[in-house]
Amino acid sequence: MFELLGIPPQALFGQLLLGLINGSFYALLSLGLAVIFGLLNIINFAHGAQYMMGAFVAWMLLNYLGVNYWWALLLVPIAVGLFGIVIERLLISRLYHLDHLYGLLLTFGLALIIQGLFRNQYGISGLPYQIPQQLAGGQNLGFMFLPNYRGWVIVASLVVCLATWFMIEKTKLGAYLRAATENPTLVGAFGINVPRLVTLTYGFGVALAAFAGVLAAPIYSVNPNMGADLIIVVFAVVVIGGMGSILGSIITGFGLGLIEGLTRVFYPEGSAVVIFVIMAIVLLVKPAGLFGRTA
Amino acid sequence: MAKAALLEKTTPHGAHAPLLAIRDLQAWYGESHVLHGVAFDVSEGEVVTLLGRNGAGKTTTLKAIMGIMTKRSGSVMFDGRETIELPARRIARLGIGFCPEERGIFSSLSVEENLMLPPQVRPGGLSVEQIFELFPNLRERLSSQGTKLSGGEQQMLAIARILRTGARLLLLDEPTEGLAPVIVQQIGRTIMRLKQEGFTIVLVEQNFRFAASVADRHYVVEQGRVIDTIPNEEIERNINKLHAYLGV
Repeated sequence: MFELLGIPPQALFGQLLLGLINGSFYALLSLGLAVIFGLLNIINFAHGAQYMMGAFVAWMLLNYLGVNYWWALLLVPIAVGLFGIVIERLLISRLYHLDHLYGLLLTFGLALIIQGLFRNQYGISGLPYQIPQQLAGGQNLGFMFLPNYRGWVIVASLVVCLATWFMIEKTKLGAYLRAATENPTLVGAFGINVPRLVTLTYGFGVALAAFAGVLAAPIYSVNPNMGADLIIVVFAVVVIGGMGSILGSIITGFGLGLIEGLTRVFYPEGSAVVIFVIMAIVLLVKPAGLFGRTA
Repeated sequence: MAKAALLEKTTPHGAHAPLLAIRDLQAWYGESHVLHGVAFDVSEGEVVTLLGRNGAGKTTTLKAIMGIMTKRSGSVMFDGRETIELPARRIARLGIGFCPEERGIFSSLSVEENLMLPPQVRPGGLSVEQIFELFPNLRERLSSQGTKLSGGEQQMLAIARILRTGARLLLLDEPTEGLAPVIVQQIGRTIMRLKQEGFTIVLVEQNFRFAASVADRHYVVEQGRVIDTIPNEEIERNINKLHAYLGV
């Protein structure tokens, strides 16, 4: 079949792999956006900037303090997540009684400020981040060559996405979160501290973005615009999956990464727009998104 | 008879302070002033009802006690403690359980998750086994989605989940609304059982026949005030007055 279409299997699988890699980042980022939107009703436009911060903080830890990739993978989400918690307490929490639009404007402004600060300090040419030596090299699978690090990104993203899904859908803490998403007033009247839950949720969503940033550092160059470039696509992914749907954002993230990869094989000119075309179709046919609950 | 004197006369004066003592409770929805000085007492172990027409302020009174109405003033003493300045979550932690009129079953939670959601605030709540004795239907539906239950089962779940927490005072907002007579009877039996177990209950009702079958005392609410108090044993003598109050 491949020969019929004139496409060698190496190219096909190569693009599918690339699609899965992109899908890993779409899934991690749209998952964080979905969790934040579900509980806070805020479209976190600073998500791309927080992803970029994840990559930069990993770079800084390595170059200024000699902290290696593996520690960065643990420490950076905590540090950037704490930064998110401060932002939520200081700024976002003042907007909950206002229209959603204000939250969007605030986080969009924050994104511009954060990106501007990093651009000012580090320029836009991009900084290199070495692949950790344990993951250098690759495997010859016969039909294609799989770089170890890329395989690791897919596995790590899948594990973190599924762990997040499990935490939200199957644990007591997740039950609090789902209940507070539906009816925060009643959950508060049961004696649960909803404002603290909201703060922790924002911090967690930001930490997911930072984790994706660390994963991305050795693949994409670390530069201040890396989040802004990606986040537009991620917003489309969130809209397609359905705002606030956890499993929806994971499946849609990986799925759209694959579709994008396939498009690059069969119709390269369309690969940049295919996700937006799908978004337009989904909005026409199922406005709440593929996995969204109609309100 | 002056309203204040009426309240004085019918409010029980035991050696102990009442579990819940409300004085001059005022509350606002935004700019709209809806409670104009509600005052009543509930002693430990009593079942009292708030009767009144739609919009009289019964539900608002429960929400103001619970702290869900954030714009409120006056005094709500629970177990000797002033709660008027506390947020809802702190009031709940003192031992008050709330069952809202719309029942508030979470659709993204299973029946079991709904049941186990409210955290334990004090020791001495019912065990899950005891709850299944009261509401056998719930046991078989544990893994169903919360809102897939019938209306009656949802009402039972909404009551059941605040029995686990150790709350001593239960605020039940129209637990019989829209339910079949046989379910209403079951809820009535449950309230009597809970009274025997020592729970104190404030019940908002439109259905005064049901109220008369379970309560010790009735407070009539009108235009954001308690305007009359009727002990349950005097309800038959006051039936015409009640009809006038409720407009039935």
